[in-house]
Amino acid sequence: MNYDFNFDVIWRNWDLLAEGLGLGLFLAIVSIAIGCGIGLLAAFGMLSRHRTLRWIAVAYVSAIRNTPILVLILFCYFALPQMGIALDKISSFVFTLSIYAGAYLAEVFRSGLVALPKGLREAGLAIGLTEFKIKTNIIIPVMFRNVLPSLSNNFISLFKDTSLAAAIAVPELTFYARKINVESFRVIETWMVASMIYVVACYVIAALLRRLELRLAVPR
Amino acid sequence: MSPILTISGLHKSFGKVEVLKGIDLTMQQGDVVSLIGSSGSGKTTLLRCVNLLEDFEQGSIELAGQSIGYKQDGGQRRRLSEREIARQRAMTGMAFQQFNLFPHMTAIRNVMLGLIKTKKMPKDEARAIAEKWLERVGMGQRRDHYPGQLSGGQQQRVAIARAIAMNPQIMLFDEVTSALDPELVAEVLAVVRDLANEGMTMLLVTHEMRFARDVSSKVVFMHQGRIHEEGTPEQIFGAPKTERLQGFLANSEF
Repeated sequence: MNYDFNFDVIWRNWDLLAEGLGLGLFLAIVSIAIGCGIGLLAAFGMLSRHRTLRWIAVAYVSAIRNTPILVLILFCYFALPQMGIALDKISSFVFTLSIYAGAYLAEVFRSGLVALPKGLREAGLAIGLTEFKIKTNIIIPVMFRNVLPSLSNNFISLFKDTSLAAAIAVPELTFYARKINVESFRVIETWMVASMIYVVACYVIAALLRRLELRLAVPR
Repeated sequence: MSPILTISGLHKSFGKVEVLKGIDLTMQQGDVVSLIGSSGSGKTTLLRCVNLLEDFEQGSIELAGQSIGYKQDGGQRRRLSEREIARQRAMTGMAFQQFNLFPHMTAIRNVMLGLIKTKKMPKDEARAIAEKWLERVGMGQRRDHYPGQLSGGQQQRVAIARAIAMNPQIMLFDEVTSALDPELVAEVLAVVRDLANEGMTMLLVTHEMRFARDVSSKVVFMHQGRIHEEGTPEQIFGAPKTERLQGFLANSEF
């Protein structure tokens, strides 16, 4: 292969890539935060005594998990406005990634909840706590610590999924990389650098989550 | 003196299996009643009905003058609201076989949680009470340890402090030494015995026959969902009347 590598165009557009990475991280963080909320509700829904709640939660999780995320993104951006729900690009993507994250995190939380010894709830009841206080003070904090390692995996996946926002022209890293590629024809350099940025970003996220894990770990 | 606890005509089923078939039991303030019997006799279920960890279908439990869990409303039996039930549960303290400490909280935070969240106490006050009770069960030095850093006996002592710090009308002990290594049983029993000597009203399910004999004012032998025989420790252990109880005691370790 005879190829003269030339990264000039990349360095010149470094600010765009940085901006794109920043937006991607922002999209991921916001969506994961909202997704955690949705996922918790759906997990409790799946384990609810009420059949309707259970049914709604299970329907939501299986519908979302069995749809490719790209299709969801396109659906929310192009089809929802036809149904009267128009969101701008970024809100639409955050909405999509949040409900997508919610479905995956629901499964993680559900298995975490099922694995808790039922004595925890009873101990809470025995000191006069209501079900709600038991959930917020005992069940969720303990479950969250237990599932943190598998959450980390999901977080990284979700961050990488922000690259799909390029499909609806959200100006994140992949969008700018494609732009640079189209304008410069430096195909190898562009996608090489974009990949590297993702790798490094994921590595840093994993390291940060690992630190969080150690910080929250209960001494034993 | 009116009794602190009155259980009358208590029936409880799990599906089609009737596990309690009409229990009547009264306790005066300061009484220590031990429930003994083979597994499946319903003794733990009975204990769990008193703080409504189990619902019951028939009969009533009255604690300190309050009907527990249900009220009669125009001839209808209604379950109380969740909030009411939570308030009533706080009138009882319970120690579990598996301790059930909150693993993400230090010993002292375990004890403080109910004081703050149920009793709405300011933190300082809750901390002072928690410290006092942890001292009392000999866990003052370990107040900042997490359950995972404590032995089973130590965890159980913290769990007892957590229950009793709520200042309950009655303490319920559900086989509190059954999950412990033999060498750790004594330290927990010593704590329970101290509480009994101080006049705490206690209802306990136990397999420790010697302990039941030493500490109880009354011993109740349960068999197949009924009270089969009851009496003072001397009567129950010294002169068991029924054949069942004689057989049960013969098979129990002393």
